[in-house]
Amino acid sequence: MSDPTGFDSGEGQGARNLPPLKLHVPEPPARPGEAADFTHFEIPPVGAQPRPDEAAAPADMRDLAYGLVRVLDEDGQTAGPWNPKLPPETLLKMLRAMALTRAFDGRMFRAQRQGKTSFYMKSTGEEAVSIGAALALARDDMCFPSYRQQGILIARDWPLVDMINQIYSNKGDRLKGRQLPIMYSARDAGFFSISGNLTTQYPQAVGWAMASAAKGDTRIAATWCGEGSTAEGDFHSACTFASVYRAPVIMNIVNNQWAISSFSGFAGAESTTFAARAVGYGIAGLRVDGNDVLAVYAATRWAADRARANGGPTLIEHFTYRVEGHSTSDDPTAYRSAEESSLWPLGDPIARLKQHCIAIGIWDEERHAAMDRELAELVRDAAREAEKNGILGHGLHHPMESMFEDVFEEMPWHLQEQKQQMLDEWKAAGL
Amino acid sequence: MNMIQAINSALDVMMDRDPDVVVMGEDVGYFGGVFRATAGLQQKYGKNRVFDTPITECGIIGVAVGMGAYGLRPVPEIQFADYIYPALDQLVSEAARLRYRSAGEFISPMTVRSPFGGGIFGGQTHSQSPEGIFTHVSGVKTVIPSTPYDAKGLLIAAIEDNDPTIFFEPKRIYNGPFDGHYDTPAKSWAGHPDAQVPTGYYRIPLGKARTARAGGALTILCYGTMVHVVENTVAAMGVDAEIVDLRTLVPLDIEAIEESVRKTGRCLIVHEATRTSGFGAELLAQVQERCFYYLEAPIERVTGFDTPYPHSLEWAYFPGPVRIREAITKIMKD
Repeated sequence: MSDPTGFDSGEGQGARNLPPLKLHVPEPPARPGEAADFTHFEIPPVGAQPRPDEAAAPADMRDLAYGLVRVLDEDGQTAGPWNPKLPPETLLKMLRAMALTRAFDGRMFRAQRQGKTSFYMKSTGEEAVSIGAALALARDDMCFPSYRQQGILIARDWPLVDMINQIYSNKGDRLKGRQLPIMYSARDAGFFSISGNLTTQYPQAVGWAMASAAKGDTRIAATWCGEGSTAEGDFHSACTFASVYRAPVIMNIVNNQWAISSFSGFAGAESTTFAARAVGYGIAGLRVDGNDVLAVYAATRWAADRARANGGPTLIEHFTYRVEGHSTSDDPTAYRSAEESSLWPLGDPIARLKQHCIAIGIWDEERHAAMDRELAELVRDAAREAEKNGILGHGLHHPMESMFEDVFEEMPWHLQEQKQQMLDEWKAAGL
Repeated sequence: MNMIQAINSALDVMMDRDPDVVVMGEDVGYFGGVFRATAGLQQKYGKNRVFDTPITECGIIGVAVGMGAYGLRPVPEIQFADYIYPALDQLVSEAARLRYRSAGEFISPMTVRSPFGGGIFGGQTHSQSPEGIFTHVSGVKTVIPSTPYDAKGLLIAAIEDNDPTIFFEPKRIYNGPFDGHYDTPAKSWAGHPDAQVPTGYYRIPLGKARTARAGGALTILCYGTMVHVVENTVAAMGVDAEIVDLRTLVPLDIEAIEESVRKTGRCLIVHEATRTSGFGAELLAQVQERCFYYLEAPIERVTGFDTPYPHSLEWAYFPGPVRIREAITKIMKD
């Protein structure tokens, strides 16, 4: 309300007859019992996004942070400048790695329900994000993943038994049973140790990339976080460092719409895209159909080539959907529409690639069904093999004194004392 | 050399010896650091190895974790220890536990240098002593020198160490020893025996305390600036105290502590940091557990107060000669 005299009182607008301010608390379009609604998503047609030269200045490609790079259309056909035109063997390798990841997730989810381990996290619906990137990167590039990128290890042919040993925290677990299941570490696979603290891996990946650049190496780093954890300070610190030093790093945001029960609006999705975070930092930003493995591959390859040519970092938002719960400890029916996952407009990444492979005549339903059976057996056999090393809580773990190892390079006196105390206690208890 | 020059010399020696040593932090490059500890290093070793960083402590330490994982040996500077808190998650959850959680696949061989402590009218954001936070964390080492000679030898050992190390530099004694009297002019390290610092390589092993003064009547456990304040107070009182400069809090030289307290039968613990849950509490518990039957008087603590560090009342807060003298008198009465 303005002052009727037309004069400003000189006291701002305090204590006058103004409407009360309102706090905006975001709310997702649909809750349990309501119809899922994706009409607010703008899905541009395949091929609509231009593909700039890898050396393009970030300022000249801002629109790509707001669009959606897509290669595979609804009929399984490819189109547009981002089509990576991969040979059949690569397409089938992608298909197999995605299907294997899904089979692995299914088996390990059941293993958790059977009490063989404490916890599991599936990547259902997001397989393309990991597999597309893993195949676009060089085998010796270093990945700093979050907790839903098991597909990288699978695409890099890391032994399933090794992964399951970790999930079972058994005596074959290379991490000596210290980490929560799925928090793998596999240096030889270029897979950095996963942290439960969100987005801490972001500045670490940038530091690794900076080190590689400072040493005149040719390897680059890539990192992943969820859209929710872009709110963490580490994310912004990492973007600043990456931009300032033009670090050869690819920063992936997996926008799977849900951070446990908080929808992406709580990370700022109502205001802009996550790829647009790049714009403020002067970083190349791409928004990609995360359920289109060819788009993920093409974007990652573009970013990797850019990094290797000293063009600096790229931020990629993978627009996808978390089909399952956050983890085995989560029940998504308690906070979101039950039909959401089936109505996700960008489809299923495996079904889409399968359709493409069939459309171009290198695949068929029979072979796909046979592959699924074969992969299920592969995972089953690996799980049985790993079970020989024990399952969680059944006594086949690393020696108890291993608890005190690796805190420091050499065990200091106070840890030696505590180790001895523990061993004496167990001995006295007759165990 | 004063302590700044000794630290600069340690960095110079290690950068010369090991091409993987990199120095990073706010203002450490061209300018050589706000305290000049990194002066001349960028000119000598280039921008790939000595560089300024954005003002984001969590970024500095996070990036250093990644560099360490790559195979470098980063020496990040946090300009004031008071600003280490934004980096706490990267230090506590990441650097400190990387070796453990990856069972040795990845390590974090960084040395975080940071000026700490009060006595310079730095107010509550340039005076704190957060060492107790890090001694509570499994997987980091905490080192605090009290002389230029020790600062160089300990810093070299810390940089060579494959574990993450917090290296707190007592800024009050950067340019000279300090007797703890607020109205005395700053002294110079010139002519001090502990300022005889070799220009080349030498190391002082982590985890070994130093007997700053031998004595038989009382053991005083201290570190950093407090070593000087205690030395001065003991000299003024004429008491036959043994002053143990801990130098490294983790790993702690428990043998030196036990040996001294069992000999003297009395123990005083002195630190600048706030009292409750401070490192003095751990020292007190260790002495009580290991030396109880040798004690002739209760163990005493002289510490900062449990308040934020005040600006105008700095000298009422600072654990100076008055507070230390009172405590010694009390212990010696029994």
